[in-house]
Amino acid sequence: MVNDYTDTLQKLCHHLRQLAGPDAEITPQTDLIDELAIDSVKLLNLIMEVEDEFDISVPINALADVQTVHELASLIHQIKSAKQ
Amino acid sequence: MSLLDKLDAVAAARKALLPEGVDVFGIPVEEVYSSTEAKIGDRRILFLGTNNYLGLTFAPECLQAAHKAIDSEGTGTTGSRMANGSYCGHRALEREFADFYHCQSCIVFTTGYQANLATISGLAGAGDVVLIDGDSHASIYDGCRLSGAEIIRFRHNDMADLDKRLRRLGERSRSTLIIIEGIYSMLGDRAPLADVVKLKNAHGSTLLLDEAHSLGVLGQTGQGLVEETGLMDGVDFITGTFSKSLGGIGGYCVSNHPQLDQLRYVSRPYIFTASPTPATIASTRAALRLLHDGTELRQKLWKNARQLYSRLRELGYRLGPEPSPVIATILDTPQQALALWNGLLEHGIYVNLILPPAAPDGKSLVRCSVSAVHTSEQMDYVGQAFAELSEVILR
Repeated sequence: MVNDYTDTLQKLCHHLRQLAGPDAEITPQTDLIDELAIDSVKLLNLIMEVEDEFDISVPINALADVQTVHELASLIHQIKSAKQ
Repeated sequence: MSLLDKLDAVAAARKALLPEGVDVFGIPVEEVYSSTEAKIGDRRILFLGTNNYLGLTFAPECLQAAHKAIDSEGTGTTGSRMANGSYCGHRALEREFADFYHCQSCIVFTTGYQANLATISGLAGAGDVVLIDGDSHASIYDGCRLSGAEIIRFRHNDMADLDKRLRRLGERSRSTLIIIEGIYSMLGDRAPLADVVKLKNAHGSTLLLDEAHSLGVLGQTGQGLVEETGLMDGVDFITGTFSKSLGGIGGYCVSNHPQLDQLRYVSRPYIFTASPTPATIASTRAALRLLHDGTELRQKLWKNARQLYSRLRELGYRLGPEPSPVIATILDTPQQALALWNGLLEHGIYVNLILPPAAPDGKSLVRCSVSAVHTSEQMDYVGQAFAELSEVILR
């Protein structure tokens, strides 16, 4: 389960680097909006990439509580786990 | 951050981006001369961003009907239809809209925004899914949020992507409301309705088509994309607005599903908004008749739209994918867009400026909306202004 989360986090970080640039410092605590400057539209587009990467549906309503990389990775992990 | 600090941050962001002395997003209009001309500051300006597609805002039939309704029924209804009743005009307009679409039922709303809010939040709820095009209008997003349903987006006009997302939903696709638009307000392109209907049928979903920008513009009698494609039977619900081709304010939803009428009892935006004024209803009824019979207006509209689209493309502007009365020039930076917007205003032409995040893919747009009543001379002048500005903007 932990490995699965780590795998999710790594894949998510790969997508985030494509948005924020290869030099962006990304940790689980990184704030998506304040530190990576990912605005609402970029975040919605990122979610479509994430949905395809993990073959899941991520309702955009669920993003209201997401601020950090860890929170987004946890949300994805939770949806993946519920599907299995 | 306090409540007011957040607004200060908005003010600072606006100040950093926008020029001082011009209210780009609330330009003061001093006088309106006609459907296409007004006074802004001390200058006569050509309106090229007002969605007045058929130019009906000064149609004598509409003005007369509105005047008569004010004299006979007063300035407002002072409450919702649930509380204050449905006037003759409300009921007549609903019948006329249902007849216009050859549909069983219609509900009229006070604004187009409210039509989407009320319809979507009345149809979908917790446990359901709404699957919306990525370029959907804000009223669709807000209606989805209000519904409490799970909101999933598909890539704009990408049918393989829609199919993939419906498949992923499995059995839940049967309690999914797909929402698309006849003509998209940002780039002026159309939804591939035939393909959407096929997917909707294959997955057992429900389809809502918003004809806000296509009513009066597409189809023999102006019904919109649904008429142009002959796919009325494939669409479950159609919403639209009175504030574009009909030259007023308000909205509607039509359907052949008898359940539509139940929205009057469950849809909070319908229940808790004051109903449209008698003057608005009366002018809209007159405008709907003109729209229905407006083949010649539609021909003029499309002639103007194709002329401007071709001219801008010839000049090297990047545009939306197809000619349409909504013609968006796509710029890489907000500064470029602002320079073009300002340059056009200096030439006496008012258009819409759309900056990120409102525009798709982080781009900035300068959006024109063409009218049937723009004259050939006006369209030539617009082309000439864009040509002069292209030397600076596209350099």
